[in-house]
Amino acid sequence: MWDDMRAVILGGGDVVFDQRVRVTAPANAEDALNVPVMVDASGLDAEDEVEEIVVFADMNPIPRILNYRPAGAKPLIGFRLKLQQATPIRAAARTRDGVWHVGGVFVDAAGGGCTSPALAHSDPQWERHLGEVQARAWAPAADGGVRVRFRVRHPMDTGLAPGIPAFYLESLAVRDGDARDLGQIDLFEPVSENPVFTLEVSPSAGSRSLCLTGRDNNGTPVLADIPLSWRQSALP
Amino acid sequence: MRLILTIVLCVAWTLPGWAAGPTYRLEPRRIALDTYVFEGAVEHFTQENGGNILNSGFIVTDEGVIVIQTGPSLRYGEEMRAAIAKVTGKPILKVFVSNQHPDYFLGSQAFADVPIAALPGTIDGIRVEGRAVTENMYRLVGDWMRGTDAVVPTEAVLPATQVYGGHRLRLISLSGHTPADLAIYDETTRVLFAGGLVFSDRAPTTPHADIPRWLESLDVLAALDVAVLVPNHGTVRSDGSAISQTRDYLDWLTAALSRAAEGGLDMTEAMALGIPPRFSSLAVVQEEFIRSVAHLYPKIEQSVLIKIN
Repeated sequence: MWDDMRAVILGGGDVVFDQRVRVTAPANAEDALNVPVMVDASGLDAEDEVEEIVVFADMNPIPRILNYRPAGAKPLIGFRLKLQQATPIRAAARTRDGVWHVGGVFVDAAGGGCTSPALAHSDPQWERHLGEVQARAWAPAADGGVRVRFRVRHPMDTGLAPGIPAFYLESLAVRDGDARDLGQIDLFEPVSENPVFTLEVSPSAGSRSLCLTGRDNNGTPVLADIPLSWRQSALP
Repeated sequence: MRLILTIVLCVAWTLPGWAAGPTYRLEPRRIALDTYVFEGAVEHFTQENGGNILNSGFIVTDEGVIVIQTGPSLRYGEEMRAAIAKVTGKPILKVFVSNQHPDYFLGSQAFADVPIAALPGTIDGIRVEGRAVTENMYRLVGDWMRGTDAVVPTEAVLPATQVYGGHRLRLISLSGHTPADLAIYDETTRVLFAGGLVFSDRAPTTPHADIPRWLESLDVLAALDVAVLVPNHGTVRSDGSAISQTRDYLDWLTAALSRAAEGGLDMTEAMALGIPPRFSSLAVVQEEFIRSVAHLYPKIEQSVLIKIN
């Protein structure tokens, strides 16, 4: 199983299992539609910069969960995913030298997460809310990172629920006030409906807001300006 | 060697769990006049306890027996009925099911010949979620569940006081632990079967919880003159301390999660929060806290994220 996952998901490159890639998730998935996961590879930073984090779940019908490229951000990402059954959840962090550092946890689940229709479909008005963003950024902690959390309204249909085609956010990107790339996320079908993300970014000193952009696999755009409220005063 | 193996097999065969399948060994405990409780383990559903984590009970009235909750499986319901028959030869009059959670109603097949009464909201909940809940119980406790199917209660309870063979039972329609929570107060003995709303030395569970409504329901129960309180899980008490213990935990839980969301914590970080020492006496508090974060945090965090577009 692991050999297959390694070949399919990570392709080439050296692979080491590395406890510094911390994957946190509850041992039991209370809600198979919303299993919280946090990946923190900042333990690798001292040695080498993390260019990309690839998250996957071996036993999921769609094993790819997301890729994250933290350009101006800590190699840390929190989100929630849908699980179809008990599975390892792994994160592979690729450092600049091309080596994949792999960490993971095992999550038990009653399952059914990927083949259930999104709750949104019980609301006939769901399309009106597509792409809506709720977000907030928190003033920097001691280590200088700006914690930002955002939620995007989207059904994130896997295509595995009968009669509902795959319809999901494919990409999200965060930029600072100078249009500098802070982090890019490629999303796959198992990311939860109305996904909520936690990132820690380093915007330029002059940034008064963060810009969140993205689109789904039908081309629907996502666009939101997330204020850095502590840098904004009443005066222009 | 072969002799030893034969002996081992013979001994094992006589143990429960081999020939006849596992048994719950249900022993009713008399807690008041005519009133008995089967006390469950203060644990999670496991393959070992077979889902026996609930305090079910019964009242032997002059007309017949009132059964309160039917337990987690057909086997439990059957054993419960056999144990009741050892206490009294009177017929079963009626079964009450307090909420839609699996350990309250999955023994109902053993009582299919009598009315099974529940609040309308509980009946709806079992109709919608009963099958999925039953399947998950098979996954969690395994063979104990053999033959168990969800039975939708047959009679809707309206809040009223009903008299059964000399016992005046006040049926109280509440909510908050689930969309419909039935508490049964026996005015004759002042025994309160609190249903899912009160936990005693066991951390509350929140998969269907609406905590503000739950706290209001606790106010209603706290106002009753109670001689014996039967919580759904944990120690039977002769005072209302389990009500205040449940309230204390729910108050802390909501405040802690609101603070976490306001501080920008991710759900996994909220799950790692410390639990105050005063709750360390609550069984399975660590596991239940993590489950509660999964149940409650999405809504709480939404309330602190600002709508942008």
